[in-house]
Amino acid sequence: MSALLATAGSLDPAARSFLSPTGVEIVFLLVGLAVLGSAVVAVTTKQLVHAALWLVVALGGLAIEFLLLTAEFLAWVQVLIYLGSVVVLVLFGLMLTKAPIGRSPDADSGNRWVALGVALAAAGTLVTLVVDAFRSSWVDLGAGGGSAAVTGESLFRHWVLPFEALSVLLLAALVGAIVLSRTNGGRLPKPRAGKLRAGKPVGSKPAATPVQPQAQTHAQTQES
Amino acid sequence: MLDTLLRCAAALVVFLTFPLIIGQTEHKVMAHMQGRLGPMYAGGFHGWAQLVADGVKFVQKEDIVPAEADRRVFQLAPAVSLLPYLFVLIVIPVGPNGFVGQAMDAGLFFVLAVTGIGVIGKLMAGWASANKFSLLGGLRTAAQLMSYELPMVLAAASVAMAAGTLSLPGIVDAFHWWWIPWQALGAFVFFTAGLAELQRPPFDMPVADSEIIFGAYTEYTGIRFAFFLLSEYAGILVISALTAVLFLGGWHGPMHDQLGWLWTILKTFALAFVVIWLRVTYPRLREDQLMRFAWTGLIPLALLQLALTGVVKVAIS
Repeated sequence: MSALLATAGSLDPAARSFLSPTGVEIVFLLVGLAVLGSAVVAVTTKQLVHAALWLVVALGGLAIEFLLLTAEFLAWVQVLIYLGSVVVLVLFGLMLTKAPIGRSPDADSGNRWVALGVALAAAGTLVTLVVDAFRSSWVDLGAGGGSAAVTGESLFRHWVLPFEALSVLLLAALVGAIVLSRTNGGRLPKPRAGKLRAGKPVGSKPAATPVQPQAQTHAQTQES
Repeated sequence: MLDTLLRCAAALVVFLTFPLIIGQTEHKVMAHMQGRLGPMYAGGFHGWAQLVADGVKFVQKEDIVPAEADRRVFQLAPAVSLLPYLFVLIVIPVGPNGFVGQAMDAGLFFVLAVTGIGVIGKLMAGWASANKFSLLGGLRTAAQLMSYELPMVLAAASVAMAAGTLSLPGIVDAFHWWWIPWQALGAFVFFTAGLAELQRPPFDMPVADSEIIFGAYTEYTGIRFAFFLLSEYAGILVISALTAVLFLGGWHGPMHDQLGWLWTILKTFALAFVVIWLRVTYPRLREDQLMRFAWTGLIPLALLQLALTGVVKVAIS
């Protein structure tokens, strides 16, 4: 990555100006436009699975932005967590419930104008804040500035307390999930050899049994 | 810049040849172990041309997209599941002194992150095919890959902890012979979970050709189907090479200054042979057994290894 950065353009202070952007800045802006575009498509498309796939593009673009900011470790975390896990879970959920091929007529929400307003307000606040905070400051983007060693050091030296607090939050969520999945249905029958448990998807809570009816719904929508 | 291009080209060449060599080996090993006569004819001596014949067959078949399928997604899926392995090959170190496509600071993390993308390709294939078997296969694939990623990451974390670095060449540099017994449990977990990530027998329930008719790939024909197969063989290469680099010391061996690359490749192919061997000799696990094995077998083992690594690490420092 450092080689990529070195070839992309000069980063020393003399070359800094809004009017003569470096190669990195141009690439950053272009990738940013691509991310914005795919994000807009993700919320406007009427095909549910396509929306999730455009989300993949948007999040992958964000990983590239992290790379351009030399935050290498953060970029791979983005890929591992968001692309490899979160989007897959979203896709998984969509496919288990309702994801016909083609347009879903009920994919529109009546709240879309409210949502647009909230999104614009949030974006406006963030942009104003960031521009106001960093208007005249330059960050030195040396290679390795966001490497695993640097990230780990700052995380476990300066930000230990927030990190620990977040861990407690995750633990609470985990315990909550276990409690939720254990409430209904005391002891589950043990699977016998040669006999599959009917209707119980392995690794999920018993309440999620309507897998098969929904899979059929999916098949029916395909045929219709 | 030229250096970078050359290294990328070398990774591409490895990507295009080594999986084929593994494929050819699989033909021959299976033929010998199971007494199969089929792959022993084409070309004369030991049926050396069988793979070429297979390739010709795949290329000349018609490339069909079902009428009800989601065309674009259906066509993109093989590429999405194949390309991550190409990117991974770039960072795997072959020999000492910078014999690697691109030495990356967080190489191990990169590898684990990028291999996780492949599952999106399989989900795309399963859903876009407009076929119940494909959808079921795709969902099973996703469930399996998500489950086995956890023990894999934990086992890899154990090695990273032992070496004190996430860089793959750094890990091999830090290797000592006594790491093999020390990290044996982690090696077992990593290799087994990697095997399951590839959906190779005995973990091939999601693609089971006799139960759900090749799972997510039911509707694929010709060259796109070949891409899925290729991604499986590239995956064998990547998992074997990673296991060799992380747990078997990579280039370490007699005369490793000159012959380091040879040791890495030999260890990789020895592991690839084990992968094929397991395919021939083990029966397929049932879906629920497969999940139980990941969650109640491999994850506790990986956690145990992680604790062991931590204890030893503290004790020797």
